[in-house]
Amino acid sequence: MLLQIAWKNIWRNKVRSAVILTAIALGIFAGVFNMAFYYGMVEQRIETAISTEVSHLQIHQKKYLIDPDSKNSIANATALALDISRLPAVKHTSNRTLVNAMISSAESGSGVRLVGIHPEDEKRITDIHNRVVEGSYLEGVNRNPILIGEKLAQQLNIKNRSKLVVTLQNTEGEMMYASFRVTGIYRTTNPAYDEITAFVRSTDLETLAGIPPNHAHEIAIFLNNSTTLDATMSALQMQRPDLEVQSWRELMPEVGLVEESMDVSMYVFMGIILFALLFGIINTMLMAVLERRKELGMLMAIGMNKKKIFGMITFETMVLSLTGGVAGILIGGALTLYLSHQGIDLTHWGWAAAYESMGYDTMVYPILKSHMLIRITLMVLLTGFLGSLYPAYKALKLNPADAIRIDI
Amino acid sequence: MKVIDIKNITKTYTDSEVEVHAVNGVNLSFEQGEFAAIVGPSGSGKTTLLNMLGGLDTPTSGEIHIGGTNMASLKGSQLIDFRLYNIGFVFQAYNLIPVLTAKENAEFILQMQGIPKKERETRVVELLTAVGLGDRLDSRPSKLSGGQQQRVAVARALASKPKFILADEPTANLDSNSTENLLDIMEELNREEKITFIFSTHDARVVKKAHRVITLEDGKIISDEVKAIH
Repeated sequence: MLLQIAWKNIWRNKVRSAVILTAIALGIFAGVFNMAFYYGMVEQRIETAISTEVSHLQIHQKKYLIDPDSKNSIANATALALDISRLPAVKHTSNRTLVNAMISSAESGSGVRLVGIHPEDEKRITDIHNRVVEGSYLEGVNRNPILIGEKLAQQLNIKNRSKLVVTLQNTEGEMMYASFRVTGIYRTTNPAYDEITAFVRSTDLETLAGIPPNHAHEIAIFLNNSTTLDATMSALQMQRPDLEVQSWRELMPEVGLVEESMDVSMYVFMGIILFALLFGIINTMLMAVLERRKELGMLMAIGMNKKKIFGMITFETMVLSLTGGVAGILIGGALTLYLSHQGIDLTHWGWAAAYESMGYDTMVYPILKSHMLIRITLMVLLTGFLGSLYPAYKALKLNPADAIRIDI
Repeated sequence: MKVIDIKNITKTYTDSEVEVHAVNGVNLSFEQGEFAAIVGPSGSGKTTLLNMLGGLDTPTSGEIHIGGTNMASLKGSQLIDFRLYNIGFVFQAYNLIPVLTAKENAEFILQMQGIPKKERETRVVELLTAVGLGDRLDSRPSKLSGGQQQRVAVARALASKPKFILADEPTANLDSNSTENLLDIMEELNREEKITFIFSTHDARVVKKAHRVITLEDGKIISDEVKAIH
């Protein structure tokens, strides 16, 4: 009966309840949608970071991380990569040779990180081949093909099929020059990455930089499931303590940090909304209690004890808060569901470029997860409970003998 | 059998350093099945006395025993529970819960006592039928007349089978017909069920029906007249 009374009491003053319910629903809607939007944005960033830039795990020589010299490579990399790819948690591996170089066109030059790849292996773990916007993926040219980012192409003012000169220091410390032919231009969601990363065939780079065959600077590992990340990382690290095994969180600390701080910042944001709503809830319930002093006095007189009075008011406030909260979650959830298919195109907004420069996709697909909804619901209930305390205290302070004679 | 035994109670308020004796040395007892009215002018102490009888106020000195229990021995929630199980209240302004139906209002007190639903319903329908509202079980207070609302309040007070019912000016807001009707119902319940009713009233119609009339003035009993004995 308490639930029934609480529900009926809420609708005693329809306008007042509708106002606070609307405020709660709008606040929760704003919080839910904001959460879904940023979760979507960050998840996409992480997905891009893993599938395009770094994979789940990478293995390097320890020395390479301190001094990224081409001499500091992993010997017998092919056999090691083969061993790793046989682990059940691992989907594919790809060996890479990495050399910092100067790249020049007829008009301009730029510092780049040359990534020497085995094109077919790389296809299995990154989606760079799907991000080629012009030309092809290191195909169509027999000698020294190179795939460069759109941003770099703009900077060098070159087109597909243009010739570039690559200057680098080989493992002996000598300066080496070679001309490469652009076979394709790619574009990821991270222009900063596109600007400094160029792909060549590993065999071409080994020859030019004097890297011994079967050596690699980096073994990139793509897992079947990201939940096995920590376990696989530990296992590999134990197996090869002489090498450094790193996850994408360490390789892209800025993305890892955003992921880690996301939960806290989103719930703080939701907390601020609920804190503001708390005052509205207190005000509404206080008015409801003061209007019902006579009735509360009667209930106390006929034998409703303080625990039940407290429970009744708390219950009513929580039902009020939850009703508004559920309405907000439903509206926010429906809009998220719709936009999770349609996407939100940030290019319509002025600040899209700023997000893009940080590596975020300008097409955001919001995400809502059940654990978010459960936590939001619990937060709404807690707000309702807190909002009931002062009105309930005022009710408990009533003297039944006086309250039943109040003229309202 | 004595239901209420009041031994030399006083209630003193201090107003601007002046002591006011709202109730002053009252000795009184009520037997099971009485139909008594406490009368007196405004400020004579009727309401204070009724509040103390109902456990809503405590005497400054003296003792009140209800069914053998010294009210002073009950603290906090014990006193509230004592009211729940032993005392029925009927108020001047009916004080029904507006969002509940007549049946739900009468049932509410039984629910607080933890009585099972089926038993509650049987008891409440029986009582509301007894007060002439068998056909208005599902009406909300706003759809009932003042007299009908007060009859729901009587049914609510009776629902928990209390030792006695305190009615504070129950007819003050009612017209003549409703008053007559309500008093007839209460008298019938008193006669047939031996339920003890104690009224505080100004209403001559209530005084006329009462079997015992206690008159208060300046906090003291100036007369205690028994008109009829059951």
